Amino acid sequence: MQKLLLKKISKMNRLLILGVGLLLVSVYFLPIWHISLDAPQYPEGLGMKIWIDKITGSSTYDLQNINLLNHYIGMHEIVSESVPELLFMPYVLGFLIFGAFVTFLYPRVYLTILGILNIIILGILGMYDFWRWEYNYGHNLNPDAPIVVPGMAYQPPLLGCKEMLNITACSFPSWGGIILFASLGILAFIVWNEKRRMDVSK
Amino acid sequence: MILIGLGYGCKGGAATAALASDAAKRVYVAPGEKDEVYAFLSGGFSGQMSVYGIPSTRLFKIIPVFSVFPENGYGYDEETKNMLRTTHGYIPWDDSHHIEASMTDGKQDGRWLFLNANNTPRLARIDLKSFETKEIIEIPNSAGNHASPFATENTEYLMAATRFSVPIPQASVPIENFSKGDFKGTVTMVKVDPKSGRLSLELQILVPGFDYDLSHCGKGKSHDWCFFTSYNSEQAYKMIEVGASKNDKDYILAFNWVRAKQCLDQGKASNFGGEYYRNYLPENQPAISEKLSGVKMLQPKDCPGVMYYMPTPKSPHGTDVDPTGEYIVGGGKLATVIPVHSFSKLMDVKDKPEHRSGMIMDIPILKYESTLAGEVKKPCLGPLHTEFDGKGYAYTSCFVSSEVVKWELGTWEVQQHLPAYYSVGHLSIVGGSSKDPYGKYLIALNKITKDRYLPVGMELPQSAQLYDISGGKAELLSDFPTVGEPHYSQMIPAKLLMDKAAKIYPLEENKHPYAIKNEKDARVVREGNTVRVYMTQIRSHFKPDTIEVKSGDTVFFHVTNLEQDFDIPHGFAVSGAPEMPNLLIMPGQTRTFKWKAPKPGIYPFYCTDFCSALHQEMQQYIRVLP
Ligand SMILES: [Cu+2]
Repeated sequence: MQKLLLKKISKMNRLLILGVGLLLVSVYFLPIWHISLDAPQYPEGLGMKIWIDKITGSSTYDLQNINLLNHYIGMHEIVSESVPELLFMPYVLGFLIFGAFVTFLYPRVYLTILGILNIIILGILGMYDFWRWEYNYGHNLNPDAPIVVPGMAYQPPLLGCKEMLNITACSFPSWGGIILFASLGILAFIVWNEKRRMDVSK
Repeated sequence: MILIGLGYGCKGGAATAALASDAAKRVYVAPGEKDEVYAFLSGGFSGQMSVYGIPSTRLFKIIPVFSVFPENGYGYDEETKNMLRTTHGYIPWDDSHHIEASMTDGKQDGRWLFLNANNTPRLARIDLKSFETKEIIEIPNSAGNHASPFATENTEYLMAATRFSVPIPQASVPIENFSKGDFKGTVTMVKVDPKSGRLSLELQILVPGFDYDLSHCGKGKSHDWCFFTSYNSEQAYKMIEVGASKNDKDYILAFNWVRAKQCLDQGKASNFGGEYYRNYLPENQPAISEKLSGVKMLQPKDCPGVMYYMPTPKSPHGTDVDPTGEYIVGGGKLATVIPVHSFSKLMDVKDKPEHRSGMIMDIPILKYESTLAGEVKKPCLGPLHTEFDGKGYAYTSCFVSSEVVKWELGTWEVQQHLPAYYSVGHLSIVGGSSKDPYGKYLIALNKITKDRYLPVGMELPQSAQLYDISGGKAELLSDFPTVGEPHYSQMIPAKLLMDKAAKIYPLEENKHPYAIKNEKDARVVREGNTVRVYMTQIRSHFKPDTIEVKSGDTVFFHVTNLEQDFDIPHGFAVSGAPEMPNLLIMPGQTRTFKWKAPKPGIYPFYCTDFCSALHQEMQQYIRVLP
């Protein structure tokens, strides 16, 4: 085991690490998550995107219109400024990218595994945080709202689709999220590949 | 009976209605599906333009142009009321006849529509992104702007010729002086800015005092020319019905507008009086109304080669140019043939003295046979207007025998008679007046509808009819009632327009001087006896919501709709406001409701456009203090 951890990774896998680092850079420019809202009166669809540093509507005015709909049920206005996590998330991603470049320069299996752990921890924390925000938005409603449905909460799903009144809300990873998952996959592949090469050379 | 007894070979006639059995299927547009074509119909005496879907013939919208429209406040609010200003004052109505679609290289480009006002001579531009009237220009030195607004091939100019000749400049002369040459007509060249669409008067040409009726401009080889029909070349001024129908031939005036522009540039036109208004509605701002004066006037004698008369039987009404630009079809409303002039022949003979039979006001009159390409013999009774399907066929409407006649260009043979219910005036084919018709649908725009619909009192519905002309034989598909008299139409394929339609006014681009973009800026400001209410609307409330003013104050409600969502206008109406009916304010738009605060009391105001679940709660009060 120790031998595997300290193993210097192959040239090919080293390039793959560099690829992961470059791929992760694109997450700055792509939405990580996407929530879509479908309702009969919005045949063109409504949606919002969560980026590494901001929340936007799927199209220019979607966020404003989502907030307009939400005001009937007394939901707090969704604005990027109210989510402080968005301020340091870019640095966390920067740390991951930095790690990839370090691994490229000092190619060891244990650094790759560290990368895997980082992404997993980040993913779990991120998903928990995301869930917590959804919970707060969905449950902390203004009691003076025009529409109060007893017992109703408006928490969108973490992953998948859910019916809320006449709206179907769906929540799925977007390109940025898919890239994060893909990076995880690539790193796992590298570790598996290094182990296999070590086994074969025995 | 006598007319029918004349027997022009109008087989079938209006009495037989051969409706193809699957016609219903061909006009059926299932719920949620969209029509293939937009039809824009002028409203005749309604002064408006209406938008229909084809083939369903469903009415989508009425676009107010020359008449006030209480439904949305057009012509009433501080933003649009200046659109209806003229040198005669504020005119809340007109008679809108002809729609022209803007063209690039002779093909519809889906940017603007133009509409004439016949009664108080004006010309309007309707924007096809917002489907709203953006500009109205008055035509001076004109009385009855009927032969208008016909566009040149690249919409360089719109032509406008006067229907009622009058003394120009205006003067109180004995009416019998009409026949002594005291009455004149004008042809006006209205320049269209190719980028913005802005309209300006470039030049007028003084022409003999006939009645100029209709026009169409050339295309391709005839690009430089426009053609105007005229009637009453007799210059009758009493019992015109008889007096103007005496001559065997009146004229189509061939006008070389490129030459006219040349003469203008060479300084051959002179300064002439004439005051006129130009009213322009910038995006989401109050209309800018300018009073302008003076035009450049050109006399045909000072510009040889600018005009020629082509004799055309008999009291010609329509003049239509085929897609190739070669044939100029006359619609002699009392003629027994459809005369077709050849543009090449016109070019050939126009300056050869042996082909001339005289001059009027230095405009050469050519011989009828010299420019004639052919005649469609015994087509029908009362041929008026012709459109083209782009496949070598022409369709002419015939008022008296109430039908549309299909005939072939070149052979001049009649192919088919299509009955119309009843008394068809103009007809329209999709792109049928352009260089590139999309010859699938034809509508007949009828004047009378007896027995076609449930009776609704003395005045029956106005009506049009839809035909499918895509096959060898044209087929009647349906009848549909219309808004006002469906005078003329432009039909445009939906794919050219539907994706360009504006959805909102972007709030960040709103440059209205009284706009506010945030509820926090909502406020009431008093300036002496004038009170300005800077108000916002969003589902489902106003800000400010309760307002106090004093009896006798002039109150301006500057209302901005803060929504940025497609199809969420809000309304604004104040109970018992005598001069301002209602406002519909589009998402991101600012409009102004002017109100004279009446006697003390409490006056409700509310949103009139059902906007949300809490629309009914979108209401508040104004307290008027003593
Ligand atoms: Cu409303």
